[in-house]
Amino acid sequence: MTPRARIRNFAIIAHIDHGKSTLADRLIEACGGLEAREMREQILDSMDIERERGITIKAQTVRLTYRARDGEVYQLNLMDTPGHVDFSYEVSRSLAACEGAILVVDASQGVEAQTLANVYQAIEANLEIIIVLNKIDLPAAEPDRVRRQIEDVIGLDASEALLTSAKSGQGVPDVLEALVHKLPPPLGDPEAPLTALLVDSWYDAYLGVVILVRVRDGVLRKGMRVRMMAAGTAHQVETVGVFTPKPIPIEALGPGEVGFLTAAIKEVAETRVGDTITDDRRPTAEPMPGFKPSVPVVFCGLFPAEASEFGHLRESLAKLRLNDASFVYQPETSVALGLGFRCGFLGLLHLEIIQERLEREFGLELIATAPSVIYRCHLTSGEVVELHNPVDMPDPTRTAFIEEPWIKATIMVPDEHLGAVLKLCEERRGIQRDLTYVGNRALLVYRLPLNEVVFDFYDRLKSVSRGYASFDYQLDGYVEEDLVKLSILVNGEPVDALATIVHRARAEARGRALCERLKDLIPRQLFQVAIQAAIGGRIVARETVRALRKDVLAKCYGGDVTRKRKLLEKQKAGKKRMRQVGEVHIPQEAFIAALKVESK
Amino acid sequence: MGFGLYIHWPYCRRICPYCDFNIYRARALDETAWRQAFLAGLDHALRLVGPRPLRSISFGGGTPSLMPPSLVAAIIERAALRFGLEDDAEIALEANPGSADAARFADLRAAGVNRLSLGIQSFDDGALSALGRDHDAAAARAALTQAQAIFPRVSFDLIYGLPGQSRADWRRALDVALACQSGHLSLYQLTIEPGTAFARAAARGRLALPDEQRRADLYDVAQERCAGAGLDAYEVSNHAAPGHESRHNLIYWRSGDWIGLGPGAHSRLTLDRRRLALTEHRRPEIWLDAVARARSGEVECETLSPAQHASEILLSGLRLGEGIALKRAEDALGAPLGAFLDQARLATLVAAGLVQGDAERLRVTATGRRVLDAVLAELLA
Ligand SMILES: Nc1nc2c(ncn2[C@@H]2O[C@H](COP(=O)(O)OP(=O)(O)OP(=O)(O)O)[C@@H](O)[C@H]2O)c(=O)[nH]1
Ligand SMILES: C[S@@+](CC[C@H](N)C(=O)[O-])C[C@H]1O[C@@H](n2cnc3c(N)ncnc32)[C@H](O)[C@@H]1O
Ligand code: SF4
Ligand SMILES: [Mg+2]
Repeated sequence: MTPRARIRNFAIIAHIDHGKSTLADRLIEACGGLEAREMREQILDSMDIERERGITIKAQTVRLTYRARDGEVYQLNLMDTPGHVDFSYEVSRSLAACEGAILVVDASQGVEAQTLANVYQAIEANLEIIIVLNKIDLPAAEPDRVRRQIEDVIGLDASEALLTSAKSGQGVPDVLEALVHKLPPPLGDPEAPLTALLVDSWYDAYLGVVILVRVRDGVLRKGMRVRMMAAGTAHQVETVGVFTPKPIPIEALGPGEVGFLTAAIKEVAETRVGDTITDDRRPTAEPMPGFKPSVPVVFCGLFPAEASEFGHLRESLAKLRLNDASFVYQPETSVALGLGFRCGFLGLLHLEIIQERLEREFGLELIATAPSVIYRCHLTSGEVVELHNPVDMPDPTRTAFIEEPWIKATIMVPDEHLGAVLKLCEERRGIQRDLTYVGNRALLVYRLPLNEVVFDFYDRLKSVSRGYASFDYQLDGYVEEDLVKLSILVNGEPVDALATIVHRARAEARGRALCERLKDLIPRQLFQVAIQAAIGGRIVARETVRALRKDVLAKCYGGDVTRKRKLLEKQKAGKKRMRQVGEVHIPQEAFIAALKVESK
Repeated sequence: MGFGLYIHWPYCRRICPYCDFNIYRARALDETAWRQAFLAGLDHALRLVGPRPLRSISFGGGTPSLMPPSLVAAIIERAALRFGLEDDAEIALEANPGSADAARFADLRAAGVNRLSLGIQSFDDGALSALGRDHDAAAARAALTQAQAIFPRVSFDLIYGLPGQSRADWRRALDVALACQSGHLSLYQLTIEPGTAFARAAARGRLALPDEQRRADLYDVAQERCAGAGLDAYEVSNHAAPGHESRHNLIYWRSGDWIGLGPGAHSRLTLDRRRLALTEHRRPEIWLDAVARARSGEVECETLSPAQHASEILLSGLRLGEGIALKRAEDALGAPLGAFLDQARLATLVAAGLVQGDAERLRVTATGRRVLDAVLAELLA
């Protein structure tokens, strides 16, 4: 155990892509945490999907041993965090385990929306902040301008901001010195009963369920029996260790130290992030405050492309959840799509990532239904129900009113793209709350319905601003709105998987656009297909796919038989992947493409 | 149901821009090698199936009217010797008007050919040149008259659904055809086959093909006109006066047994209750070489599963006006045909008037036949 005075715990926070993970690489290298041959870029982004997309999804912790210029040896616990909005809860957890934070700002881009969101969290958590202006090797770097920006917008003193290039390693030694001299050591009492924060937990193929802890008081030792206070369970500690970033077993973790433990725990779901871990024999009287659980905000149905894959999907979801307890799922039955699951996610990127992992790591092919937010439905009976699925929308006659979740969005955008961004926000029913300038960048605050954002807002924002706008949001209450269920009927039968909840003012246009799109996607068949969009009982749009009139091979002699048989076999396989509503075969592309319909 | 022999002759004088058969440009060839190959093929087939009288022999192609009549005669003779012929066996040959003259017809007749099917394609010079044919309408008519004088049974082929063809155009063409037919007509709607010159032209937008409505209309016109003239639409594209049906082709559509010899030819045989699908090498040189060395041109022999066999019975049999004989299908499959069908869908199709069934037969209605491929895709479980 290291004396508290020589421990420093810090998180690296920044807007997406400003260089957190790359800076972490340099710090690990400078402390000799890995040998040169073990090193690779963004070493802490260990999941395939992180490496491919070049983003951090999961926060990572590393213990470094640093010999400072004063000759003392320090234990540094570094936490690399994700920058994307969907994963901001990862940041908040990491901050709770630290005394300080390195705020990385790309010196060529300056302050962005998530810089603000993350730094405010750090300030609120009372952390000491070291400002690092990164990417100064870039010709476009303007450290002076960015320094002023930080002072103007965030109100932090940036005069001592450090300049680095995480790429070349320039400035990194100063960062290490600043960590040692500017950050306070942790507090804590080694004699007090064990009190440790359960920061995170995940499933590791070799270690099983791994629990990341930060010890406040007392000592966590291998072999001791610990109690999870909120979960009310007790476990024998099998290993105690630290990541260097390789997992290394050690004897014990003392006050202020960060590390992991394993016990015979089968599922991540048995652990609660934010729980207090204490000594089962000598428990602490007072649990730590913990943190708010992460809540899923976006829901969609996931169905196997082939119905027979349902069991495989169920097992795969269970396995994925071992690693990521932040998504939730429960079985759902759709008339059109069969058996599947209703799943909840932290945001659209999270949804995309889970879907991609299911497809890649488990070889599944999926159909996802339109993402939906959680509506609050106030019934005439006074009861309030939460709607995760448009299909469950109660009958209008039983509904007093419906509320939808809104968000407060912070958008930073260069002046020249402001007009386009304002237009986008207005189109999405946004209400402007604030517009200030930081140099030539506008800082916009908007209130927006979450529903308008989960669809494709982020992509549209990036495209209307040529990639220059950045975005962050927080949930900001529920608002009563005139919302209706838009149903799609095929030959008079509602296709549940195509139902959506939309604002009444937009419903007709969206209904028309959907019908037109479906008309192109549903192949002509033996019978005429009527595609209708309906709000309540009222049909608002209709398209027809005419029945086939002529479809027969002209010649079929001896040699053609094999060819035709093989074609039929292929069609049969294709038919299995289609969904049947009444007499109508609907190809799965129809369900996927329907999500991308823009109502004009 | 009868047993058939198909002989494939893979050469044509000129390759038509719509054609995707296994065909090659005609050139000087070694008649002896071909003779030995076909005869060896017949001997090999006999070892496989044993003696079983033939109901039909059919020479197809390609352009088998380019075959030396002596070769045709030798094949017929050897087939009769090895397998035997049924009393009124059909011996048919496909001929191109461009390679037809009275002397050749007489030689083919003398060799034993008793049915000729002539590739007339159109009675219109413009259409013939659009189709890239090497003969004009006058030559086609002349060939037809000669053939009718020499062969007991004569049929001819027409292609319709050509770019720009109207219903009235097609009606007129049919009137001409019906006036000079002698019991059998094959009317093929132009199909754009992948890999052909027409497919390339169509992809470049240079072929103004009729849309589906027009194609359906033209098909209906053919049905009406032929029915009016007493020619029964006994198959999707084939019309015949009673008793004039192609016996050889009926073997295919009734899923009987046949041997196919020659490059790319297919066979279907039922041996020891197994349904075999055999295929010969496609390339003529390779086929010749294989037969010379291994006594057989066979490249693949697949045993069809009952489900595959059922698909073939269905896709071939429903093309026929008579439909599928259920008892015979059950005997062949070892289980009722119904076991291979999607019964719920069948009921819907029957209710919609596309399919008809009773205890003995399953068939499609006239409306169902026009969309048979879609019906098949629905029916198969
Ligand atoms: N030129 C230059 N590029 C850098 C520097 N630091 C990082 N980069 C590049 O910037 C990109 C993003 O770097 P990351 O370290 O993945 O950024 P991050 O902040 O961890 O990103 P998220 O985890 O997705 O939020 C990568 O392509 C890095 O190579 C730097 O100092 N100079
Ligand atoms: C195997 S060919 C042999 C006939 C002969 N070689 C001839 O062309 O006169 C049989 C018939 O198929 C028809 N046919 C060939 N290709 C076709 C296509 N792409 N579409 C429609 N019919 C076609 C023609 O009518 C042709 O006469
Ligand atoms: S249509 Fe007849 S002549 Fe023309 S290429 Fe095909 S087989 Fe040969
Ligand atoms: Mg990162």
